[in-house]
Amino acid sequence: MTDDNPRTRREQEPEPGPEPRPGPEPTGGGPGNVPVLQLKDLSRVHGSGIAAVHALRGVNLSVWAGELVAVMGPSGSGKSTLLTLAGGLDTASGGQVLVEGRDLAALSRAGLAKVRRASVGYVFQDYNLIPALTAAENISLPRELDGISARQARREALAALEEIGLTEVADRFPDEMSGGQQQRVAIARAMIGDRRLVLADEPTGALDSETGEAVLALLRRRCDEGAAGVMVTHEPRFAAWADRVVFLKDGSVIDESVSPRAESLLTGEGAR
Amino acid sequence: MSIRYGLLALLESGPRYGSQLRAEFESRTGATWPLNIGQVYTTLGRLERDGLIVPDGDRDAKQQLYAITDTGREELRDWYRRPVDRTQPSRDELSIKLAMAVGAHGVDIEGIIQQQRRHTLKAMQDYTRLKARALASGTETQDEIAWLLVLEQLIFQAEAEARWLDHCEARLVRLAAGRRPEQGPRPQPETKDEGRAAVAPGPARGGRNR
Repeated sequence: MTDDNPRTRREQEPEPGPEPRPGPEPTGGGPGNVPVLQLKDLSRVHGSGIAAVHALRGVNLSVWAGELVAVMGPSGSGKSTLLTLAGGLDTASGGQVLVEGRDLAALSRAGLAKVRRASVGYVFQDYNLIPALTAAENISLPRELDGISARQARREALAALEEIGLTEVADRFPDEMSGGQQQRVAIARAMIGDRRLVLADEPTGALDSETGEAVLALLRRRCDEGAAGVMVTHEPRFAAWADRVVFLKDGSVIDESVSPRAESLLTGEGAR
Repeated sequence: MSIRYGLLALLESGPRYGSQLRAEFESRTGATWPLNIGQVYTTLGRLERDGLIVPDGDRDAKQQLYAITDTGREELRDWYRRPVDRTQPSRDELSIKLAMAVGAHGVDIEGIIQQQRRHTLKAMQDYTRLKARALASGTETQDEIAWLLVLEQLIFQAEAEARWLDHCEARLVRLAAGRRPEQGPRPQPETKDEGRAAVAPGPARGGRNR
């Protein structure tokens, strides 16, 4: 059957393989490029001996510029551990975390802080905005820490707020904003400057459906503009905004779902 | 059944040719449920037989126009008023597959669940891309709004399935954890309805026959 509807017409795409791949493969990048985030055989063990808990077991994952990856899995599968290791907030027991090619374990404390500030934006479920600072100040703070002038940082913060359609909250404190506004401000803060990696831990967890979707749309747009994103979520509807969904179980990647801009289910044999 | 009422609804705005009805139906639903022209004319024939529509215009014209009757309008109003029946669920292949997989020898039920989860997520990713595109291209016309609603229904339906799969997996894990060692896989007596799941046999379920 040919599909004449321009909204649902499918571009030529390869048929999916018969078996799921056990591990992820990068879907982007050209020769000479490096992933924005690369996890190599990453492990994290809490405790030792008989009480040892293997939170992550030899995870490999590459995330490229322009890509949003969702991480799903049951409670205790290692989702949040993966994210905290990727963001340099925790130390791996084995393996490597490379952000823009730099091995986080090889950096000094100051070097790690610099990478976290300059390259990585972190979005938390509970926003983590500083209560005593306004929205604009929350966003501009990382830039001031980067060493730029307060005036320039504020200009950038206001531009970021304008981009997400929230100029009206610039001088409001977090407790004067709704949850959705706070989370969008948190994403703006995570992406201010030249940060190319955004890590989001259940960014829609505390939001209603429509507001959650607005937050996801923003995250998606940031990735479409060139950032690499990793989002932990237990909400399939929000995971569906990602290019890839990685499934974790008992600390290991067991599967992944890739959507290479296809509309396969609304055409051809899948049509209902 | 829904095609019948879908065509009636379109005819309420004025007489239409069969080909027009097909195009408008697909435009409203984004070709999610494509119609072939044969289905359209078969349905129109039944609607005419039931007095809900009548031929309109020149009988000898190349294409026949159809118009809704007062009875058809009343039938349509009744359809809008009546909830869609959910008390007679249609057969669902996935439910049947999992029901059969419980206790089936050599079947990896958790593998089936994960394979389906991946497929369902992939479907949601596809629908979500279409939705993002639909939102970006505007939601001003009735067709655009209708298409968005249909897409979101597909997303919510897929999400419900993904959540149900999570639930099934968690249920099986819980049941497997609660299984006593001596309750391992064994031949099933035909008249007993307990210890059925090879992967995750649950407690006895006396009093239920299937």
